Amino acid sequence: MNATHSSSSSGGSGIGSGPLGYGNTPTCYFVMIGTKDNPIYEAEFPAVNTARSSSGGATIPEAKKEEFRHLNQFIAHSALDMVEDIQWSTNQMYLKAIDKFNERFISAYLTAGNIKLLLLHDAKSEDAIRNFFNDCYELYIKTLLNPFYEPNSIISSAAFDTKVRLSAKRYL
Amino acid sequence: MAKQYKTLGEDIWKNKVEKINAELFTLTYGSIVAQLVKDYEDFTEVNKQLEKMGYNIGTRLIEDFLARSGVGRCQDFRETAEMVSKVGFKMFLNITPAVTNISADGREFSLVLDENPLAECVELPDQALVDELWYSNILCGVLRGSLEMVQMQVDAFFVTDTLRGDDMTEIRVKLVRYLEEEVPAGED
Repeated sequence: MNATHSSSSSGGSGIGSGPLGYGNTPTCYFVMIGTKDNPIYEAEFPAVNTARSSSGGATIPEAKKEEFRHLNQFIAHSALDMVEDIQWSTNQMYLKAIDKFNERFISAYLTAGNIKLLLLHDAKSEDAIRNFFNDCYELYIKTLLNPFYEPNSIISSAAFDTKVRLSAKRYL
Repeated sequence: MAKQYKTLGEDIWKNKVEKINAELFTLTYGSIVAQLVKDYEDFTEVNKQLEKMGYNIGTRLIEDFLARSGVGRCQDFRETAEMVSKVGFKMFLNITPAVTNISADGREFSLVLDENPLAECVELPDQALVDELWYSNILCGVLRGSLEMVQMQVDAFFVTDTLRGDDMTEIRVKLVRYLEEEVPAGED
């Protein structure tokens, strides 16, 4: 299992696979967490900007993907504590990389309404992530302007999802 | 003829009308609709209530309109249509819907709104798409109320709405009849 993973991801962020056999899935996991630590939106973006990663995605069986999803959620939520610590030390909304898990980084963006945008990613430029977060923040504001949207509830709009994925494709 | 209404409408908008913040307006209307949806839970009922609210607004709004614009009687229903779209809508919402689909007998027309300030950034919940919710139904009520005060009984209703996924937002206005002046009871 480990051998398959390390051979398929020839580039990317290193060959290492974690103690759980967690190889280099070149996906980014994005989650928006409300004020009560409830996830209001989550999405996964396979990194399609490099040729090497496309082969990596094909060799991971479906069952393993489910595990990664649970793990992603776990990693993101454990990073929430870090967010709450760091938020008092800066007046920026973009908190950059706040945590690290094996080879993956977690970047955070804290909105004025205490909504946390978290991104699990491999090594990426800060600017790209900052732009992506800004885009998502604007999309979130537009969602808030919709009178039928309850603040702090799950965002189920397909339009929002499409736009977030578009933005991810552009920046990530 | 249409040109002079257009310039009249723009002139009134520029000079004689007090303006408010568009976002405030949109958010206020949005919260009205959201609250109605929560209270009634039946979208046909919400439509009716919005229309009733619009009717009450319309009966008062016509006075404001006539006072500011100072226009006289329209010769026929076609002129009414032009007046409503070029002067009325321009004055109060700063939009000029296009008048289309005038029927052969001149008793019906459509207003096509290419932008709707009431519905900026609004997405209807799925249930509202299944049952027919016309988000801006208050406009139909305003049309009905204001035209009734100038002796025209009309039926105004939405045909299509971009919020529901259609290509455009269209209101159909049908003239039912002209109302005769009635002598108040007790006078000869």
